[in-house]
Amino acid sequence: MGNFSAKVNKFNDIFVNQNGYVTVLNGLKNTLLIAVIGLLIGFVIGTLIATVRVLPKYKRLPRVLNGICSFYVALFRGTPIVAQLLVFYYVLFPLIGVRMTGVQVALLVFGLNSGAYVSEIMRSGIQSVDPGQMEGGRSVGLSFKTTMLMIVIPQAIKNILPTLGNEFISLIKETSVVSFVGALDLYMAFNYIGSNSYEFMVPYLVMAIIYIILVLLISLGIKLMERSLKKSDRRN
Amino acid sequence: MIDVINLRKNFGDKEVLKGVDLKVEKGDRVVVIGPSGSGKSTFLRCLNCMEDPNGGQIIFNGVDIADMSVDINLHRRKMGMVFQHFNLFNNKTVIDNIMLAPVTVALQDRKKALRRNFFLKLFKAKALKEGKVSLSLVADKNVIKQLARENAEKLLKRIGLEDKAEVYPSTLSGGQKQRVAIVRSLAMNPDVILFDEPTSALDPEMVGEVLDLMKQLAKEGMTMVIVTHEMGFAREVATKVVFIDEGVIKEIAPPEEFFSNPKDARLKEFLSKVL
Repeated sequence: MGNFSAKVNKFNDIFVNQNGYVTVLNGLKNTLLIAVIGLLIGFVIGTLIATVRVLPKYKRLPRVLNGICSFYVALFRGTPIVAQLLVFYYVLFPLIGVRMTGVQVALLVFGLNSGAYVSEIMRSGIQSVDPGQMEGGRSVGLSFKTTMLMIVIPQAIKNILPTLGNEFISLIKETSVVSFVGALDLYMAFNYIGSNSYEFMVPYLVMAIIYIILVLLISLGIKLMERSLKKSDRRN
Repeated sequence: MIDVINLRKNFGDKEVLKGVDLKVEKGDRVVVIGPSGSGKSTFLRCLNCMEDPNGGQIIFNGVDIADMSVDINLHRRKMGMVFQHFNLFNNKTVIDNIMLAPVTVALQDRKKALRRNFFLKLFKAKALKEGKVSLSLVADKNVIKQLARENAEKLLKRIGLEDKAEVYPSTLSGGQKQRVAIVRSLAMNPDVILFDEPTSALDPEMVGEVLDLMKQLAKEGMTMVIVTHEMGFAREVATKVVFIDEGVIKEIAPPEEFFSNPKDARLKEFLSKVL
């Protein structure tokens, strides 16, 4: 074990004395930023797509929109996120001549990607709400849009909150691939510390522990949120 | 008030309504009865286009609302509906259930008025000055909400549930839910209320309180179209009883005649079973 404590000392030296913690904090910031913004963008896109998919289909426009949304979901669920990152960073943006940093591309791609997943989650959430809720809203003269926004979607969100939390957790973990486009995330920060000391055992161990702590904290947050949303359930 | 002309409705290949004609005048209380699967609920749901009719016309206050190009939401405001399963908004408190539609609709109208005024000031300043057009009145947001709340409180008091204003519907009994659902539709000051088997999902001991409220409304002259299995209620309250079977109206008559002297053979058989 003497060997191991030497490694810990080495890590400690870089982490504390050579400002390794600054890199780690920056990486942590980017990881959280990409996951949070990604989920927010994904939530908006996902809700829109889910709404399109539950629209009544007897008119032409909803059918066309539905086709577009199906294509979008198939595209983003059917390719690995690494491929999406690489295509956006090395193909799409250079082609249209826009310069973007790795983090910006990652924000966009994670948002688009999770939009595809959230749309399916949201659709099942909307379909789990009693159709009578929509009828109740329509019967008093509220439009489809208003009823959806004020009655159906809030109830759908309550139903899908645990699943949405899982999506957030998997987003956090998936951000570890953004180093492919040169963005500094939690993994990259520890990789950097490891390369400086030629010693990877302790940095990667600490990295894994930080990931676990993050995920546990988020699970706790979801649990608390669910509890506060249970207000309108029977037992209170 | 409602004039139904040759109303048709199919679900896929199945013809549920095969040409129904009915006139509902102001103050009428039309009770629709019929065996299950006869199309009576479908008929009622077609009246406010909850199911879109496949043919025929529904003239409501002079407008054919079966026409798909009509903004149905405008007309539904004046056509309340009460469902078998209440359909109260589960994510809103009781008082919010009642206030939601009046407030939302008023706020949307307010937005429209503001937009119109803005447009007039910008492009029609001259006509405005000459008095050819005039600005819409715009109510204050808080006033709208306050009025709706007062009205909702009054309605809750009427059904004796003022202490339940801030609870969620899931904590109410079936009879309480249905009474809240009825005053929710009343909050829009409708010209007519449609009742779709309002007591069928209730425990027997709660049927009375809901029927009592409906009788009160009847006494106040509310126009109602009611699908129900409560024959006693039909006899007591209806001005017209309608028997629907196999997608057509087999008999329309005032209640005394309908129940004591039915003419249609199928109706005779039906009444002998249920009375």
